[in-house]
Amino acid sequence: MRNTFFKKILIVVALVFGAHSFAQEKEHQSNDSQISGDKEVADYILHHIKDSHDFHFFSYTNDANERKHIGFPLPVILWTSNGVTAFMSSEFHHNDDGHVVVEKNGLKFAKIHSKIYELEAGATKVSFDEAHHATNASKVLDFSITKSVFGILLVGLLMLFGFSSLARQYKNNTIPKGLGRVLEPLVIYVRDEIARPNIGEKKYRKFTGYLLTVFFFIWILNLLGLTPLGFNVTGQIAVTAALAIFTLVIYTFSGNKDYWMHMLWMPGVPYLIRPVLAIIELAGAFLIKPFSLLVRLFANISAGHIVVMSLIAIMVTMKESMGAVGSTALSFGLSFFITLIEILVAFLQAYIFTMLSALFIGMAVAEHDHEHTHDEKGHDVPDAEDVRGDFI
Amino acid sequence: METLLNDFSPGLFIMQTILLLVLIALMVKFAWKPIMNAIEDRESGIQDALSAAENAKKEMQNVTADSERLLQEARSEREAMLKEAREIKDKIVADAKEISKVEGDKLIAQAQATIESEKKAAVADIKNQVANLSVEIAEKVIKEQLSNKDKQLKLVEDMLGDIKLN
Repeated sequence: MRNTFFKKILIVVALVFGAHSFAQEKEHQSNDSQISGDKEVADYILHHIKDSHDFHFFSYTNDANERKHIGFPLPVILWTSNGVTAFMSSEFHHNDDGHVVVEKNGLKFAKIHSKIYELEAGATKVSFDEAHHATNASKVLDFSITKSVFGILLVGLLMLFGFSSLARQYKNNTIPKGLGRVLEPLVIYVRDEIARPNIGEKKYRKFTGYLLTVFFFIWILNLLGLTPLGFNVTGQIAVTAALAIFTLVIYTFSGNKDYWMHMLWMPGVPYLIRPVLAIIELAGAFLIKPFSLLVRLFANISAGHIVVMSLIAIMVTMKESMGAVGSTALSFGLSFFITLIEILVAFLQAYIFTMLSALFIGMAVAEHDHEHTHDEKGHDVPDAEDVRGDFI
Repeated sequence: METLLNDFSPGLFIMQTILLLVLIALMVKFAWKPIMNAIEDRESGIQDALSAAENAKKEMQNVTADSERLLQEARSEREAMLKEAREIKDKIVADAKEISKVEGDKLIAQAQATIESEKKAAVADIKNQVANLSVEIAEKVIKEQLSNKDKQLKLVEDMLGDIKLN
């Protein structure tokens, strides 16, 4: 019953966006935009890795030699020098090199490499310098519902739908049915394998909500990135940065006296070394930890997308040397294998991000029993021991 | 690094931050809290049930041990009772034998005494009758032989010889 309701919503969404579909649109200038050369393959892959302002499924060239794109546009919302401006991304007509200029609200906009630029007053056309940087336009703050934001919203809705239905099931019976039977072990897994051992029995409850949200958010988005829809949300450095900063804020503000004491004025070491250690610890807490979180996730997912797409591109680039069948078979075999690994990586990266977040939070809230002295150089020793003890 | 920074979209960062905040808040309120509470309730329920079962098992063991002990006690009590009964029986039998022996002895002694006295009485009676008979005979003889002196004498002598013989 609820499932059919959800399907109906999806259909309505598809129809609303589909009404604006650019299936009808023509693009005359790029009849030869079918991808063939190495350079074009590389550009295509790098373009895919980036965020996009419209939702593009595929393109084809019809009998009349017109290039057609199948997909739907997404709203563009900009914070410009003249306040908020909004229009649909279809107005750029798939142009991504600044040739199409959109005029809205008395201002002119152009899209160059998935970034929207505001033209200076009086300019009618974007001019470029030798390094292909725009000289008479500047970037604007872009709050558009891009493909990534669309993916985030989609996953958010999916999570809310799935887990609130699980939550509702508990009102009537203690053992869930259907979808809940799949989701419940995952929730228990995150609680018992990630939150509890790393944060500690006493305090894990407070942070479980965040860890669960982040785990499922990353995992589902990673998996969504493997579908032909081509989301690359967790491969956007802005997204992973936001996630890492959430973790940073949480462990910074929940850190107890011991945590700050060990960071700023390490007990048990000579006084001269303490300021040096404080600098290292501060850098570790505020730069290295969040940076490691954001780069690990971003790099793994981006690399996965690049590898899978490169292997698919073998079909095109090796066609001449291996023949159509050989290159297709090789490409299929390799990309199939890598995709299987990517499914594992999707889970692994979600697990590692959540696990490290829990570990950092656990280090900040750990209660140090002062029986074991911090004899050697690292105050991490007791924390690490606590964790190991809980894992066994 | 430059490309990385160039790829970084502040707008997307802000959108992600806001959306993630909203998502966390909604998920905590509508999903994680009720789910966690339900799971923990269930787990504590299971724990309670397990410990209750463990208690029941212990109680059961206690009960079995108790009944075993009671049975043992009853058995030994029965044993003791049987032993006592056997002793009592033996004693009664022995006593009865003793008493009956004494009684019998007494009866025999009485009977013997009675027989003795009866015998004495009978002997005395016989003696009396013999005496009477003797007197009668003597009367008859005397009556008959009063005429014949020799016969008288001879008779007396015969009679005396008879008595001696007797």
